[in-house]
Amino acid sequence: MSLIPTIGLEVHVQLKTRSKMFCACPVEYGAGPNAHTCPVCLGYPGALPVMNEEALKMSALTGLMLGCAIPEVCKFDRKNYFYPDMPKNYQITQFDAPICQGGAVPLHDFAYPKDAQKSIAHPGKKVRLTRIHLEEDVAKSQHFETSTGIDFNRAGTPLMEIVSEPEIDTPEEAFAYLTALQQILVYGGVSDADMERGQMRCDCNVSVRPEGQAELGVKIEIKNMNSISGVRRALAYEIERQTAALQRGETLIQSTRRWDDDAGQTFQMRVKESSHDYRYFPDPDLLPVKTSVFMDEVRARRPELPAEKRERFVTQFGCTDYDASVLASDQALAEYFDAAAKGATKPKSVANWIINDLLSALAAAGKIIADCPISAHALDELVNLIEAGTISSSQGKTVFAEMFASGKPAAQIVEEKGLKQVSDLGAIEALCDQAIAASAKAVAEYKAGKAQAINSIKGQVMKLSQGKANPVVVSEILTRKLAE
Amino acid sequence: MELPALSLADVQARLRAKEVSPAEVLRALDARIGQVDPQIHGYLSRDLDAALACAEKADVSLPLGGVPIAIKDVINVNGEPCTAASKILQGYRANYDATVIRKLRAAGAIPFGRCNLDEFAMGSSTENSAFGHTRNPWDTSRIPGGSSGGSAAVVAANEAFAALGSDTGGSIRQPAALCGIVGLKPTYGRVSRFGLIAFASSLDQIGPFTKTVRDAALVLNAIAGRDPQDSTSLDEPVPDHTALLGRDLHGVRLGMPREYFIEGLDPQVDAAVRAAVKHYESLGAEIVEVSLPNTEHAVGVYYIIATAEASANLARFDGVRYGHRAADATGLLDHYGRTREEGFGPEVKRRIILGTYVLSSGYYDAFYLRAQKVRTLIRRDFSEAFEKVDAIICPTSPEVAFKAGDRSDDPLKMYLADIFTIATNLAGIPGLSIPCGFAEVDGRKLPIGLQLLGKPFQESQLLQIAHAYEQSTDWHKARPALV
Ligand SMILES: [Zn+2]
Repeated sequence: MSLIPTIGLEVHVQLKTRSKMFCACPVEYGAGPNAHTCPVCLGYPGALPVMNEEALKMSALTGLMLGCAIPEVCKFDRKNYFYPDMPKNYQITQFDAPICQGGAVPLHDFAYPKDAQKSIAHPGKKVRLTRIHLEEDVAKSQHFETSTGIDFNRAGTPLMEIVSEPEIDTPEEAFAYLTALQQILVYGGVSDADMERGQMRCDCNVSVRPEGQAELGVKIEIKNMNSISGVRRALAYEIERQTAALQRGETLIQSTRRWDDDAGQTFQMRVKESSHDYRYFPDPDLLPVKTSVFMDEVRARRPELPAEKRERFVTQFGCTDYDASVLASDQALAEYFDAAAKGATKPKSVANWIINDLLSALAAAGKIIADCPISAHALDELVNLIEAGTISSSQGKTVFAEMFASGKPAAQIVEEKGLKQVSDLGAIEALCDQAIAASAKAVAEYKAGKAQAINSIKGQVMKLSQGKANPVVVSEILTRKLAE
Repeated sequence: MELPALSLADVQARLRAKEVSPAEVLRALDARIGQVDPQIHGYLSRDLDAALACAEKADVSLPLGGVPIAIKDVINVNGEPCTAASKILQGYRANYDATVIRKLRAAGAIPFGRCNLDEFAMGSSTENSAFGHTRNPWDTSRIPGGSSGGSAAVVAANEAFAALGSDTGGSIRQPAALCGIVGLKPTYGRVSRFGLIAFASSLDQIGPFTKTVRDAALVLNAIAGRDPQDSTSLDEPVPDHTALLGRDLHGVRLGMPREYFIEGLDPQVDAAVRAAVKHYESLGAEIVEVSLPNTEHAVGVYYIIATAEASANLARFDGVRYGHRAADATGLLDHYGRTREEGFGPEVKRRIILGTYVLSSGYYDAFYLRAQKVRTLIRRDFSEAFEKVDAIICPTSPEVAFKAGDRSDDPLKMYLADIFTIATNLAGIPGLSIPCGFAEVDGRKLPIGLQLLGKPFQESQLLQIAHAYEQSTDWHKARPALV
């Protein structure tokens, strides 16, 4: 029996708003316990929520970037359940009229794990979304030996939930989905979407079923992944576990499991008895939201997306698909490249310098593009010097290293080090004559048919010019003169 | 006349003229409370020192400058207890001012005294308080109405010049009627709910209890207006609600809804209200019969919507962050279960269970959703009626104050006490009750209330109509004979 997996992802994203979802408390991490609280986010008697419009705009912007429909009206509901991390014992969320409906996350090749990029089953696949809704986050519990402390700083911060259709086929596709989604969220400025910092959290629903069977298998939910690669590992483990269980003839039951990254295993947390009755109803404290009020502003804020940038880098600047995708993977890097490419005589060379030299130099120095010591304009100057033949590419490497270390412009370094290539034909011809005269043996060998003998003469010329002669020009002149 | 017997406008005039100081007024009131309240139990607590500190800084030139105002114990006043008459909030002190309190202070008033109520404003007799019943000043063996029974009783007994209450299904108007004073429920959205402990968020509205119609207008002037902290408060301009007082009633059309003059209506109430209608005719108003056919569904719809909202609103009282906490809980469920079991009284539990039930999956459509649809029909009844008339005139309560203990075993019969007031909250329109006579029961005089209902945000006109009646009758001058 051949079994195939089906995966659906629910991604929670912390929005980068300045204040909480329904009160004026700041959204700021790292403050002391309960430093950012007020009667509203602590659920004190009589306190009322007031909508943070920026959170609505960010959610709508996410919807625009992912091609969702934004209904004219959305509303907020109360989801009722008791838990100490929930100040009101109901969560304000969106039940049946969310801010975004439909849409999709396009999976580009380079969003897949590196080792899987060669074997992509469905290139160009788009994973459709069910919906995106907005809700308030809960507090954080901390368990001590005999008691539990609750920090309400996170309570009431805006949280966006992005729900995919169950149409992800492999752990690698799940990886690509999260990577592509993360890029888009960062591009839109709606979240830093760092899974390790909890800014993006992911619950996976995964089931396996016999090939050819339309009905999905028993749904198992996995929680507690804190990296995209962890999601991939957890899914791979879970699919294997479920497959093996079914092949042994066991029956799976609907349940929630916790991923333990160190152990590399999932563990059962709870079995779903009957589905919880959350008794959703429209929150009478909040009026329905008319999205038309802010959609013009949101449309104006929509940035060029990674996929659009990749395509433009290829067509406008002649980048390869690979280069374009590396450059577009990070918004700051893409902006750097855009700025450099615009002033470059050969943008493709700029791309090469960034990918081959700049990124590794940054990595070695433990820096990110935002604190790169070489400005886009300065890099252009270097590349243009090489393209114009003023310095050789190997000299360029030296200049680059010096630029990276000192932040000085390329021209100054070339000047200081006297690196300028001599392309003055008269001067080089004179040096060539001098070298030919001094290398009678090599000249004879060359004329006798030993072509590589020219190299020692060429070496003489370079020596005489103290390395500044343009080697291409030297070769040309020597070849001509020796043929005379 | 002794100070506590004055109206708000009169005491403010004396304060403004510096004939009396805010501290003297407070001390006189405090003495009156000390003398009378043991019979009434309208107050749960009061902090004279805090009030005197406010009195020192009081600006008597402001509209309510230097006037103490009693507050239903369900509205947060910074630093003061706010118990909702529930054990679950025993010992809790508010850590912020409700918007109405901020506004009262800005108008120069001094919040003084916390008034008793039915626990979490759930009830019509103030017998559901966890801290003892409030008595009707006209007959202390009877209930003052509810849920704002404390607020009504203290104004009627000259223990306050005015009080704030909240009205979810009649909780201002019904006790005002039963205590023989003025009670106003503003349009939903007219007054901010921020800082009012929520019972049913889509129905709750704060309003004043006063001795005169003018006083009600003065308090409304202070507390009305859009509040950025309450999304359901509306951005309507706030007029001077005293501006129309004194205008005559020529051209004013009053509607008598036939559904409100029914069998089961106390004959003495019926007679008094019909006499008031005649009186309005003599004042130049035109009386038109109107129909509000969906009124018969109002009580049912109300107990679905109000309890549904309450079941969620009261979930926050769990002993985790504040309030009563059960001792030695063995686990989370035990903590929740016993904290709430010990903290809530029977009526509150009944309504939480009812509300939880009507929201449950499988029942939501049949109850909550259908109730919302009928609510729309009730609202439409009123807007159609208001195409023909300026205000609706009817009884506030089908009966006068009943004996304490008479209804406590029969919640359904208790729910019918609000039969004439509930539809107003469902429609969101303003309503007020003014005294219109007395019934003779067992040799005692018991007040009867006349209810006037108006168009949304037309409180000024409603007050004008009420004022015309009040100024041409003497009912509002009568006060219970307490020692
Ligand atoms: Zn807050």
